[in-house]
Amino acid sequence: MMDVLNDTELAAVTAALDANRGLDGALLPVLHAVQERLGWVPPAAVPAIAHELNLSRAEVHGVLSFYHYFRQQPPARQLISLCRAEACQAVGARRLEAHVKERLGIDFGQCSSDGNFALEAVYCLGNCACGPSLLIDGQLHSDVTPAHFDALLQDSAP
Amino acid sequence: VSTTVYVPRDATACSLGADAVAAAIARQAAASRQPVRIVRSGSRGLFWLEPLIEVSCAGQRIAYGPVRAPQVPELLAADFLHGGPHRLNLGPVDQLSWLRTQQRLTCARLGVIDPLSLDDYRQHGGLAGLQTALSMTASGIVQTVVDSGLRGRGGAAFPAGIKWRTVLEAEGAQKYIVCNADEGDSGTFSDRLVMEGDPFALIEGTIIAALAVGATRGYLYLRAEYPAARLVLTEALATARAAGLLGESILGSRHAFDLQLRIGAGAYICGEETALLESLEGKRGQVRYRPPLPAVRGLFNCPTVVNNVITLATVPLILQHGAAFYREYGQGRSRGTLPLQLAGNIARGGLVERAFGVSLRELLYDYGGGTRSGRPIRAVQIGGPLGAYWPAEKFDTPIDYEAIAAAGGMLGHGGIVVFDDTVDLAAQSRFAMEFCAAESCGKCTPCRIGSTRGVEVIDRLRAGDRPEFQQSLLRDLCSTMSSASLCGLGGLTPTPVLSALEYFPEDFGPRAARVVARG
Repeated sequence: MMDVLNDTELAAVTAALDANRGLDGALLPVLHAVQERLGWVPPAAVPAIAHELNLSRAEVHGVLSFYHYFRQQPPARQLISLCRAEACQAVGARRLEAHVKERLGIDFGQCSSDGNFALEAVYCLGNCACGPSLLIDGQLHSDVTPAHFDALLQDSAP
Repeated sequence: VSTTVYVPRDATACSLGADAVAAAIARQAAASRQPVRIVRSGSRGLFWLEPLIEVSCAGQRIAYGPVRAPQVPELLAADFLHGGPHRLNLGPVDQLSWLRTQQRLTCARLGVIDPLSLDDYRQHGGLAGLQTALSMTASGIVQTVVDSGLRGRGGAAFPAGIKWRTVLEAEGAQKYIVCNADEGDSGTFSDRLVMEGDPFALIEGTIIAALAVGATRGYLYLRAEYPAARLVLTEALATARAAGLLGESILGSRHAFDLQLRIGAGAYICGEETALLESLEGKRGQVRYRPPLPAVRGLFNCPTVVNNVITLATVPLILQHGAAFYREYGQGRSRGTLPLQLAGNIARGGLVERAFGVSLRELLYDYGGGTRSGRPIRAVQIGGPLGAYWPAEKFDTPIDYEAIAAAGGMLGHGGIVVFDDTVDLAAQSRFAMEFCAAESCGKCTPCRIGSTRGVEVIDRLRAGDRPEFQQSLLRDLCSTMSSASLCGLGGLTPTPVLSALEYFPEDFGPRAARVVARG
C-alpha cells in the first residue's frame, strides 16, 4: 500500500517546508518541524520532502532513520524516556530500568498494546547529579526510584 | 519596596519543583501583601540543595534550600523575605564553603544574574570583552587567545588560539563559527548550566571568535535532550539581534555576523566535530576522514572553527582581563580553570570550577562528600563514557590534561561519575561496548562491528567460558578498535573496558568467585 498524507499531515509538511526551505542544510530543521506538529514523521512525508529539497528519497530516509530522535511510527499517548547512561547507573538506573519494563510490559523501542505508553532509552539528560533521571512527555524527573516511578505514572495517567 | 527572590530555572531545579516554588512564593506573598520580584536565575550548580532560592537582603543574598512548594508558607511565616531564621536558611550564599573555595571565572555569573536580561549581563561585566575585541585586529585577538593558554574544553584540549589562527589564515570567501553544544557525555552538564544560566556569555564568545577569524556566519548545534537550554538560547539570540550584537553590523562596527540555533536529533556521535558538521549540512551524522581539518575545509567545505560551549563562553573574560590574567590560573600546560562536574553516586554533586591542579580526592571528598549511598567509593569514571574507570589508588592525581593522560586516563569535558562498592565493573565494561554499538555512526568497521563483538566476548568472559582465551580476544579486539577506528568513539571505547579489566579484574570472574572475592 502506498502511503498518502492526510490533510493534517499534508498541512504540517507544507508548513515545515515553507518555514525552513531557505535554510542551508534544511533537512534536519524540516524533519524537526514535521515531528513537532505531528508527533512523528509519516513515511509519505519522505517523498514530499525529498522533492521540495531536491534530495533523493534515499537521502531523506537515510537521515530520518539515522537519528534516534525522529519517530517513524505514531507516538503513544505517553512517551517515557529513560536515561541508561553511567551517572544514572551509579544510582540505580539498572534496577529502575528492569522495574519500568516489567511495569509497562514492554522493552525499549516498543509501545504498549493499548497504545498508552512508549518506552525509549536515552543516553544522558545532563541531570547527572540527581539521577536516576527520566522524561515523561518531555518533563524531566530526578531521583526516580521504582516507587517514585509508579507514583509518577499514576499522576500523569493519560 | 519589593524584595527580590531568585529561583533557578535550570532543568535540574525544575525537575525538583522550582516552578511550583516560584509560583507558590508569588501567590502567597501577594496574598499577604508582601511585594516580591521573582527572578528566574540560572543554577549555581549545588544540586543537592536544589531548588536553592536566594533572597536579596541588606546587600546580601541569603540562600534557602532545598525548598519544596509545600514549605513556602512556613518560610513566609519565618520572614524569609528578610532573611529570617529557618532550618533551610543556609546564610549568605557566597559564604557557603562549597562556593567560596571555588575559582569561578567562566561560571562567575551562573545563578547570579537573570540569564535573559542583557542589562543584567552588562552590569556583571558582560560585553566588555567584545568591546575590547572590536578595537583590536583579527590577529591581535587570535594572539590573545593563544597567549591565554585556553585549550578546547570539549574534550580534545586542542589550543583554541592555534585552531583560530588556522582558520584566520585559511583561504575562503565564507568562514563559519560552529559551537558544539552537543554535550552528550554522561556525567557532564557544565555546557547546559552555562547555556541556561548565562547564554549571553556564549553568544559574546562566539561573536569574538567570528571577529578573530573573519567569519560572518555561525551555528549553535544544541542537542535535542536540552529543551530548557533551547528556550533560553532562542530568546537570548532574539535579544542579541534586537540589541545589534548580531546582524549586519556588530555594535555599529563594520563587522557582520549572523548566528543561528540548530537542534540535534539524539545522536551521540554528533558531538564529534566532523559528524556534527555533516548533521548541520542536513546529512546523517557520519564521521569524516581527515585531513582536511575542519579549520581548513569544514562546514559546506569552508574554513570553520568548531569549539565547545565552555571554550567559547570563556573567551569574553580573556579579552576583558587579558591573556596573562587567565594564564595565571592552572599548572603546566593546563592553563586557566575548568568547570568540573561531580555526578553519579555523590553526596554533594554539582559544578566545581577550579584552576587546573586541584586533586581528584579534594573534589570527591571535600566538595563531593563521598557517595550519596554512604558506602565507600570504589570507582570513578572521568571524561564521559569513553573515559577510564579508576580505583581509589589514583585519587591523588591532579586535574590536569597531561597528568591524567600520564596516569592512563582522559580528562575530556571534566565530568566525574562516582560509583560505590556495589558497582560491577564487568557490567560497566559491557555497557561501554553496548553504548558504542548503539551510537556508532557505522562508517568504520572496527567501531561498527567491533563493539557488537565486544559485547559478546565480555558476555562469554563473565559466563566463565575459557576466561584466558576470552581476555586475550578482548584485548586483541580493543587494540584493533583503538588503532583502526576513524574517531574517538570506536577508538576510545576500549579505555573503559581495559581500565576495568586492569584495575578490577575480580569483577570479570564467574559470579561465584566474584561473590567470594567481594566478601
